[in-house]
Amino acid sequence: MDWSFIGVHVPDYIGGAWVTLRFGLYGVACSMVLGLLCCLAQYFRVPVLRRIVGAYIEVARNTPLLVQLFFLYQGLPRVGIRFSAQACAVIGLTFLGGAYMAEAFRSGLEAVDRSQTEAGQCIGLTAAQNIRFVILPQALATAVPALFANIIFLIKETSMFSVLAMMDLMNVADTLRTSGGRTIEVLFMLVAAYLVLLLPVSLIATLAERRLRYAGFGDRHPV
Amino acid sequence: MSEPILRVKDVHKSFDETGVLHGVSLDIREGEVVVIVGPSGCGKSTLLRCINGLETIDRGEIFLRGEKISGRTKDLHLVRQKIGMVFQSYDLFPHMKVMDNLLLGPVRALGRPREEAEKEAMEMLARVGLREKADVYPRTLSGGQKQRVALVRAMMMHPEILLLDEITAALDPEMVSEVLNVVIDLARGGMTMAIVTHEMRFAEAVADEVLFLEDGVVVEQGPPEKFFHAPETERAQQFLKSFTYSFKKSEVQPKNNPED
Repeated sequence: MDWSFIGVHVPDYIGGAWVTLRFGLYGVACSMVLGLLCCLAQYFRVPVLRRIVGAYIEVARNTPLLVQLFFLYQGLPRVGIRFSAQACAVIGLTFLGGAYMAEAFRSGLEAVDRSQTEAGQCIGLTAAQNIRFVILPQALATAVPALFANIIFLIKETSMFSVLAMMDLMNVADTLRTSGGRTIEVLFMLVAAYLVLLLPVSLIATLAERRLRYAGFGDRHPV
Repeated sequence: MSEPILRVKDVHKSFDETGVLHGVSLDIREGEVVVIVGPSGCGKSTLLRCINGLETIDRGEIFLRGEKISGRTKDLHLVRQKIGMVFQSYDLFPHMKVMDNLLLGPVRALGRPREEAEKEAMEMLARVGLREKADVYPRTLSGGQKQRVALVRAMMMHPEILLLDEITAALDPEMVSEVLNVVIDLARGGMTMAIVTHEMRFAEAVADEVLFLEDGVVVEQGPPEKFFHAPETERAQQFLKSFTYSFKKSEVQPKNNPED
């Protein structure tokens, strides 16, 4: 292992990690918003829209991100729709992630008993208030493990951004490998960089899960 | 005679072709307590759920203070703000402390100032003996305590009428009276109520009027003294008889037991 090579190229990896993290987090944030909206459309059985959402979820979950990115970056320009590489990255990740997030939110919503909705109705809450104060907080608590699993999955999927010629971690490593040939060092640093990014997320997930396990509200306050 | 608070007129309701209510009518006046009794599946709970719009009715009309409330799809929440309802399963919000359970309706739905509502909630909790429970999560309460909180939560909306759907059916026997005492207290305070219950002694104690429902029709209706001691219809007599157990061990004939 050539440690001096590693030392010289650490800044390249930091740059790559920043691209991975930044666009990964944009994608995660947009995925959550899209996923929540899709999930609510299905939960409230909004006519037409829920069918569209259902079809979208199937398409997004059953096609690889690589194909989705090619479609956005190479396909759409042929019909005159052109996005920057960065925009394609965020749109692609959101397209994929939205479907997974929708399913995670759905699992949470379905775990909330119907009688909770009725209890909210009985104290005169509007449908929106009921969702906001009664249903969603309970659904989110249940969905936390699935949501975190999706976050980690999506940040890992950013390794596909290299096909958009973005200098994310994967592309930084690939460029170094093909130009210098120090495959062992290059890949060692790549693995280390992803771990540095994702281990803290896993740790937060574990802590959040422990705190919210089975949405056991009040377990910490025994009488 | 004064205009009834609640008027239920010829209400029909069925689920997937199965008729549950076949033309039920009922008037409840201010301060009056109507107890609805009848065998399981006779439509008692459905009737209450139709009143506050949890179920839509197929035919008939329901009025609250003369205003038609059935058949609405808009602003149903405004109607429900005036009709309190408590269920068998308490249905407190598990992610909120007791006080927040009590404040959600008054503060968010009615827009009352938080401090004022909180003061009232404390007073009400004290009245049902749960003053020290304001700051705990529902999970840590016993069934009887949960149901008292659920009653307070409904009362915090200052409803015109309170609907109670078998609120003691899920409780251990020793907790039944602590909940029913609260209801009796509310009745004494002039609260208008429609109560579905299987507790016949409680029904007799609290009712101004008893409605006996069977197979979705009102079979008998009258003051509790009459209904419980001299019911007119044979079906009511049979029903009331099912609540007394008068055999001795030796009198019961074992069934299909080859050893005997």
